[in-house]
Amino acid sequence: MASQQQLAGHDFHEVLKASPFHARVEEQSLVKNWMSWNGYQTARVYDTLASEYFAIRSSCSVMDLTPMEKYRISGPDALTFLNRLVVRDISALKPHRVTYVAWCNDEGKVLDDGTIFHLEPGTYRLCSQHHQLDWLLISSLGMNVLIEEETHEVAALAVQGPTACSVLTAAGFDTLSQLKPFGITHTLLNGFEVMISRTGYTGDLGYELWVAPANALALWDAVFGVKQRGLYDVRCIGLGALEMVRIEAGFIMPGDDFNTAETTVRAGHDRSPFEIGLGWLVDFDKPHFTGKQALLKEHGQPIKRRLLKLAVEGNKAPADSFLYDGKRGRRIGTIKSHTWSPILKATLAMADIEYRNGVVPAQIWAEIYYQKELEWRATWARCTISKAPFWAHPRRSATPPQRC
Amino acid sequence: MKKYDAIVIGAGHNGLTNAAFLAKAGLDVLVLEKNEYIGGATVSRELYEGWKYSNCSYVCSLFRPEIYQALDLGRHGLEVVPLQGSTTFKQNGDYFGSYHQPTVRRREIARHSKRDADASVRFDADLMKWCRLIRGFLLRTPPDPSSLKMRDVMEFAHLLKQFYSLSESQIYEFIRFFTMSIAEYLEEYFESDVILAHFSGGSIIGTGLGVYSPGTAYVLLHHAMGDIDGNVGSWGFARGGMGSVANAIASSFKALGGEVRTAAEVQQIIVKGRTAMGVVLTSGEEISARVVVSNLDAKRTFLGVMDRNDLPEALLHRAEHFKIRGSSGKLNIALDGMPVFPALPPGSPLTLGHMHFTDTLERLERAYDDWKDDRWSADPYVDTLIPTQYDPTMAPPGKHMMSVFVQYCPVEVEGGWTAAKRDAFGAAVIDQIAQHSPNFKQLILHAEVRTPREIEAETGLTQGNIFQGELTLDQLMFNRPFPGYAQYRGPVKNMYMCSSSTHPGGGVMGAPGANAAREILRDLGRTDTTPRDFGDD
Amino acid sequence: MTSSPDGPVVIVGGGHNGLVCATYLAMAGRKVQILEARQSVGGGASTTGFASGYQVSGLAHILHSLNPKVCKDLKLESAGLKRGEAINTIALDRRGRHLTLGINEVVGAGLAERDIRAYSTFKREFRGYAKALEPLMMNKPPRLKNMDRKDKFTLARLGWGLRFGLGTDSMREFLRVGGINIYDVLNEVFENPLLKGAIAVDAVLGQHMGPRTPGTVLTYLHRLWGETQGSQSLPPGGMGQVAGALAEAATQAGVTIRTGAKVQRILLTGGRASGVLLESGEQIDAAVVISNADAKTTFLTLVGTPELDAMFAHRIHTTRTRGNVAKLHLALRALPIVAGLSAQQLGHRLLIAPDLRYVEHAFNHAKYGEYSEQPVLEITVPSIADPSLAPPGHHVMSVSISFAPYDLKGGWDQQHSIFADRVIALIDQYAPGLASQVVAHELLTPVDIEAQYHIAGGHWHHGELTIDQSFMMRPIHGVAQYDTPIAGLYLCGAAAHPGGGITGVPGHNAARRILAMGDA
Repeated sequence: MASQQQLAGHDFHEVLKASPFHARVEEQSLVKNWMSWNGYQTARVYDTLASEYFAIRSSCSVMDLTPMEKYRISGPDALTFLNRLVVRDISALKPHRVTYVAWCNDEGKVLDDGTIFHLEPGTYRLCSQHHQLDWLLISSLGMNVLIEEETHEVAALAVQGPTACSVLTAAGFDTLSQLKPFGITHTLLNGFEVMISRTGYTGDLGYELWVAPANALALWDAVFGVKQRGLYDVRCIGLGALEMVRIEAGFIMPGDDFNTAETTVRAGHDRSPFEIGLGWLVDFDKPHFTGKQALLKEHGQPIKRRLLKLAVEGNKAPADSFLYDGKRGRRIGTIKSHTWSPILKATLAMADIEYRNGVVPAQIWAEIYYQKELEWRATWARCTISKAPFWAHPRRSATPPQRC
Repeated sequence: MKKYDAIVIGAGHNGLTNAAFLAKAGLDVLVLEKNEYIGGATVSRELYEGWKYSNCSYVCSLFRPEIYQALDLGRHGLEVVPLQGSTTFKQNGDYFGSYHQPTVRRREIARHSKRDADASVRFDADLMKWCRLIRGFLLRTPPDPSSLKMRDVMEFAHLLKQFYSLSESQIYEFIRFFTMSIAEYLEEYFESDVILAHFSGGSIIGTGLGVYSPGTAYVLLHHAMGDIDGNVGSWGFARGGMGSVANAIASSFKALGGEVRTAAEVQQIIVKGRTAMGVVLTSGEEISARVVVSNLDAKRTFLGVMDRNDLPEALLHRAEHFKIRGSSGKLNIALDGMPVFPALPPGSPLTLGHMHFTDTLERLERAYDDWKDDRWSADPYVDTLIPTQYDPTMAPPGKHMMSVFVQYCPVEVEGGWTAAKRDAFGAAVIDQIAQHSPNFKQLILHAEVRTPREIEAETGLTQGNIFQGELTLDQLMFNRPFPGYAQYRGPVKNMYMCSSSTHPGGGVMGAPGANAAREILRDLGRTDTTPRDFGDD
Repeated sequence: MTSSPDGPVVIVGGGHNGLVCATYLAMAGRKVQILEARQSVGGGASTTGFASGYQVSGLAHILHSLNPKVCKDLKLESAGLKRGEAINTIALDRRGRHLTLGINEVVGAGLAERDIRAYSTFKREFRGYAKALEPLMMNKPPRLKNMDRKDKFTLARLGWGLRFGLGTDSMREFLRVGGINIYDVLNEVFENPLLKGAIAVDAVLGQHMGPRTPGTVLTYLHRLWGETQGSQSLPPGGMGQVAGALAEAATQAGVTIRTGAKVQRILLTGGRASGVLLESGEQIDAAVVISNADAKTTFLTLVGTPELDAMFAHRIHTTRTRGNVAKLHLALRALPIVAGLSAQQLGHRLLIAPDLRYVEHAFNHAKYGEYSEQPVLEITVPSIADPSLAPPGHHVMSVSISFAPYDLKGGWDQQHSIFADRVIALIDQYAPGLASQVVAHELLTPVDIEAQYHIAGGHWHHGELTIDQSFMMRPIHGVAQYDTPIAGLYLCGAAAHPGGGITGVPGHNAARRILAMGDA
């Protein structure tokens, strides 16, 4: 007979899985606005978008990161495996350091992006937006490497915002002031182990805390204890506010800003790292990696398209807008994601734009449809390409952080 | 004597579809049906008092939405309700459920293999690539590759253009998909035995092939490319049973001025001077028409209702050797209540979908080995549905109707079929289900057991082949039914074919009927009333 | 290209295709060295002494498709090649009503006149199809998109040959039957069960296929294509003699041959093949490396997955290369006696495949990791034509046995001798007394073939000849034109188009490709 564990492992009533923080998340959610993130019940908004946004940008925000896909990679060939997987050279990644990576299929089209944590010598954690086990196992052929999915075995909390360091220090983590961006430290809190990395998806000062699921609630309570003691404000944020800040910070979202290669049905609808602005990750001098030849070939040819950061004139939301090389000009692309930036008072967007003869269009105009009291109107807005992230505050990387 | 514009022989769904499009173009059309009732293999029949059986075809998926829309079938009473998932029961008491809800389905696949849950993303995307390509061919007339006529060359160029919308590696992957076995194709994605078996089953339904036979991966598409409201690959029940499909098309046809005569079996197509002139019925009655369309399969058309002397020798040879081996059986069962399946969690929605009981590729393949040797499968693959959970029109309240499709069952067994052998075949199927449902046998009020022989006797499908001709490469596209005759035109003037023996083949799809109508209207110089593919860029 | 045109070429594996490829390159002025792991060259074309005084062809035992162009180009006759007398195929019947199948005619007791006529028509028609595929066989398989001029030319010739060479009717018929199984075709054409069984063997030999497996018409055409090139024979001295002639031709052309030199790794520099590392630790630099090994060995073992794209490696890994044929060698104290066959007839190719169902049943077992209870046998007694293979008065028998799967459930160790005895007993039913004449025997299962001949899976063709593993998809798409993702690394063996058999064609095509690319 099938093992009881196997049979008990599945309940069709539970459509969305509860994370180890769920009891507190549920309690904090005032509007009960849920969505699915990798099959986990995740808050889109807890209270209001505005308050959550400003928690990230001006005080301290907390978000349940558990649903992020996590894979533990170990074994003698772990480094060989990872370096062959991703387009970036990670051979110099030291233990207790994190790096941002992307990986491609054989055709040099991006499957996903993510981060690699060098947990301890020879042991790594790969975090990704989408499920990757199948691709990781395909990539492990002929290598002595152990790949374990540990999404549900590791609870994670993002603590982000200008007072994040102060809040965590007040919560009892005393080793943070010297932790540099992309660094990892381990500490004990009330007798359980917490791994802290100075990483995030907000473009601001911030940390990600990793614990065993059994200690998840204790970790949460320690962080929110700071608020209860009246020291600093700490707020939960949902995916809605995160979407605003990640666009400000210029981070891309697989599946939204570009179609991931594995799910692409129509030829030509997938994207290479160069095309989505990740060309800086690609290292042709490192040992072989999947997609290298295809990327080398692309590299030698005129640019066809790019995912660009656009500041869109005015305050109308350019949702799904077509882009033109002049008012009523030739159609050259579409908006992929956009936000109103409360801190910059600007409309920001990520847009997929076709180049002509390898050259970026001289002008970019968005045709925006918007409605006022159920009446639809159309307008044109000039767009300006932003090379740098829209929001890049020095406090993101200052070590030690200010007011820590 | 009245002369019709067109006579269609056989009131199956393709005959009716064909007739409806001809009538829509203003033609005076008569459909002749040998049975007392219409529908052919898309019928609902009361063979046990108070129960309606979809006693041949039993699910609706491939039926083209373009035809549905063009013939206004919704207003003519057709309602197709999507099924909810499918299940394969394992011999160890566990099960695999392909739930309707995507998150739950993913987690259920992961319960059997985490890797397979991820691989299914890759698999679904790949399958969709091939679906998109093939679907565009369904409502088109296949070009003749040996012809140098402008129309054929242009059509070939069109197909090549579609083909070349794929990237180079996709082209090779497509060829591989088209020529590989379903088992080996799936093994490039999945590792779990039950998942491999679950997704393979659809590829052998109705075929004379096993899961390891090259060419079966494509058949999967034949079952997966149907869609209901844009959900590609989903299946549906026709409310009131499959007879509702034929009834709705007939109703649309009649509203367009068409005429249907039942209990009117055609004896022969009258041919004079290499031109079809009409038909003569078994009653001796002669009916003339400008055009005669056969919805009978290719064997019955050329070896049954046509005079050999009117036909070219080469065509007769091909008709005689047309591959149309039946391989499927069917049980229709009236149940006193709802059977329980203890493997499923209480309240599981999975009983609302397909239920299968073969959990490994080896068991599927061994079921095929039995058929090759003219035996019914001792351990058969069955596709079970209980539509009465949704549909109150098919059984009294609280009672149920179970449709059981069985693969494999041969046309001929050693020593010939007898009533006792047929019952033994039925018992093997019932035992298969009863192994997973302890109260199943006690609930059986009536069971109709049909081997390919009974299917042939009722519907006229030669050898009981549900596709009116096997779906192998020698009988697909420009080879269907025969090379040189794939454009719906018969060997004599004014004679046409519209059955599933023609492109794109079997399944309750309506496409052969519509495609044939397009060619007839073209020859008659009439406006084309048939729909174009909705398209999917 | 960074290679120098004069740079040395190393060929991994001295199988017959490696020898052919090497010779062509050497004749074009390249400096070529062959590295062979075994003590003798030839690979599957070898002669083995399996018992003291008894010799037999080690793997392939019938020469049926050695390419005439290769023979001519390489002047193999003057290098000593002896093909031996042309032989027929004799389908054995337990009651002595054997059938003799020639190129165009079949004779035998009990054959209907209709079958005799049908046989000639059928063979001519199908050989016509096989010939129509010729442009595809003797060239690199064309790409279907992004094709170069040569690819377009090949496709144009193929299309022309099908449309105008065959004519409308034959082209239609070819397009109809090309993708289906031999079973349906044979049942449509013939009546005699033994005749159908014998023809079916040619369609399934070496493959994981039964007569009812779709695709067996194509494998049959593959076999028939060989027949368009010449007759089948038993080379005197065994297949090793053919390898010897190839080696002689190679040596005369200036090729260096090293045996006992097993390559452990193919070395890369900056992503380009730059040499090989031998098991002995010796390193040999090369401008071009050509692998005559199968694709799995070449890429997954010798190159290693870290140097390859992940899906590429996965695709190589999932190619179907499990062998299906075992080889049995018997040393006999006397010439066996088969009722109804003369001693001279015993020297032909003998088949035990009484009907289609027998062949299909033999295959059924292989699907489930079992060996055939009643296997299909292809038997030769080469010592009749060449008495030097056995002591005076004695004989050797070489039998290929279908089906004996590589992945036998429970493994071969326990089953090895049981299976050999079963096969001997089966032959004994046709040649009574044979079992008692056996002085010594050797059975090579696919596992043994893998170990002794370094062929992954022990597969005769280095991989199934299904459509999805043929032509522009052999061994997988993207490497079907003999060049590989690794610059300077090429394939020249049976894993490449057009596949297995002692043809020399992959070696020929590879050499042409390498020279055309300006490499080497």
